[in-house]
Amino acid sequence: MRFRAHVLVSLKEGVLDTQGKAVLVSLRNMGHSNVSDVRVGKSIEVTVEGASKEDAVRQVEAMCDDLLVNPLIESRSVTLGEF
Amino acid sequence: MKAAVVVFPGSNCDRDVLHALRDVAGIQTSAVWHKETSLPENTGLVVLPGGFSYGDYLRSGAMAARSPILGAVREHARIGRLVLGICNGFQVLTEAGLLPGALLANSSLEFICSPCFLKVEKTDTPFTNAYRTGEIVQFPIAHHEGLFFLPEEELDDLENRGQVVFRYASPEGNAGPDYSPNGALNGIAGIVNRGGNVLGLMPHPERASEDILGCSDGLGMWNSVKSWLEGR
Repeated sequence: MRFRAHVLVSLKEGVLDTQGKAVLVSLRNMGHSNVSDVRVGKSIEVTVEGASKEDAVRQVEAMCDDLLVNPLIESRSVTLGEF
Repeated sequence: MKAAVVVFPGSNCDRDVLHALRDVAGIQTSAVWHKETSLPENTGLVVLPGGFSYGDYLRSGAMAARSPILGAVREHARIGRLVLGICNGFQVLTEAGLLPGALLANSSLEFICSPCFLKVEKTDTPFTNAYRTGEIVQFPIAHHEGLFFLPEEELDDLENRGQVVFRYASPEGNAGPDYSPNGALNGIAGIVNRGGNVLGLMPHPERASEDILGCSDGLGMWNSVKSWLEGR
């Protein structure tokens, strides 16, 4: 079966998010004065063949460990949809 | 022993390093394409040069750290031979797990291309033994992701083990976070692994290796590695 996995990558708490900081400043300058914090992450969509949902998740988790995520600075969550 | 410079798609300082090693320092040096799986025979030093390997996609250095040649570079490091990562090469080494830490986007949110002063904190390495401890040198920097980051506890361990080799400094010799052009924690510009045979730094010694370039402080690094290579 073919699955589409959605990997959401965000910077861990305590890791300086310069993009988020820049976006926060811009939003405030545009008059969005209620905004107090912005964190910018990454969204990665992976299409993968798998014997089952569990198998597909296992493969995508392995891809996260091997390349997609740097665990020193990033955390991730994987969700799965079916074609 | 000889030197080799790895060329990744998007490397742009490979020729500068080749020139500095071959023509300025007089070290026999060859270029190695990243798809190779072995290094030339008798390679004592491997340099991972600066640039934008794989367009900096995903994370700076992430894809290059998984290139075929990295297997040979890991083995080369494991047996105690020298690995030098400059700028993007430093990012590759952290991504490959050969050095601790990560290089995050500069705190100023800007790409910084500028001359910069460094304090040589550690001279008992094969890369820096031609310098005096505490010497102030000038190498340029040119990067967008140069903020050295490690979680606090690991950062303390790194400092306690004396793995910091270069720290950003003022021309007068004050060093530390206040002098980081990029927000690097503790003002860290370059570190070695525990074995002392793998060095990564953000500034570019190859761009400070001849008087015609405005500064030749980088020569100390090439002279250091040259004497290491000649001894083997």
